[in-house]
Amino acid sequence: MNPAAASQRRFAPGDRVTVAHTHPPGHRRIPYYIRGKSGLVERYCGAFPNPEELAYGFDGLPVRHLYRVRFQQTDIWPAYNGPTHDTLDLEVYEHWLSPVEEDVS
Amino acid sequence: MNDKAAPQHAEGHAHAILRWSDDSAHDIDETAHYPLMTEAIRQILMEKGIISADAVRRLIEQMDARSDVTGGKIVARAWVDPAFKQRLLANGNEAIAELGLPEVDAIHLIVVENTETVHNVVVCTLCSCYPRAILGMPPEWYKSKAYRSRVVIEPRVVLKAFGTTLADTVTVRVHDSNADMRYLVLPMRPPGTEGWSEDELAHLVTRDCMVGVTVPQVPAKAQTVE
Repeated sequence: MNPAAASQRRFAPGDRVTVAHTHPPGHRRIPYYIRGKSGLVERYCGAFPNPEELAYGFDGLPVRHLYRVRFQQTDIWPAYNGPTHDTLDLEVYEHWLSPVEEDVS
Repeated sequence: MNDKAAPQHAEGHAHAILRWSDDSAHDIDETAHYPLMTEAIRQILMEKGIISADAVRRLIEQMDARSDVTGGKIVARAWVDPAFKQRLLANGNEAIAELGLPEVDAIHLIVVENTETVHNVVVCTLCSCYPRAILGMPPEWYKSKAYRSRVVIEPRVVLKAFGTTLADTVTVRVHDSNADMRYLVLPMRPPGTEGWSEDELAHLVTRDCMVGVTVPQVPAKAQTVE
């Protein structure tokens, strides 16, 4: 890839991740309802110019890794009125994600 | 294009809880700030000879020419060609390129398949991201705040308002199209369509099926002919 290439990927499908629970000002592509929630990486989507920079006329480089993360609806909405197996998938840029340590004890 | 004069009560809202057209943000007021600024920039660019009125017209014509007919062709091919379906689910863009359809390079397409146990529905909660290259312009309800805010929280209630009632054994997957991917729902081929041609099948596949708010219906007349 080119000099604007992304860093090495941090996550792989199946990894458990948490979306940052922060509210920085500016153009963000992470809906409020998903901040602070945890889910499983469903797939890797590729690397794209960072939309949070593109929005302000910068080149968005280096490109950022984008993942689709699958959340259980009952993890997002405590009062979710539906089966526990219903899900919501959305796209999250890597810099919004952190790993969830699995409790193996 | 501009339907602001149309009263926003045309849908005969039987469902007080779901008023798709109450999103006044999408009404176009040509005297508002952004429409005026857009028009001013357009005129300046034309005066400077950077763009022409005909070029603008041609682009609008191209945008309006895109429609869900393209999506229907993709779905029908997947129904009749299992190998194509597998390629489509694995890599939407590459599979569609096989069909020689124009303009799909512009999007990163993810195709999600409805099955007996999974039903998919697409939304963009942040704005109105939509696979325009294969479905044309999004309907007003897709852009409404009512749809965008509610389908993520209570998808089954929203689907029911569209006439789609799902058993609890079916997993509902909501796809929030919030970044760079675009989504196409691959509906299940309805029973009673055995032996139908690819072209006949394509006509069953409506826009709403490919967004996932409904499923393909075989017209009653066609069923009795069977």
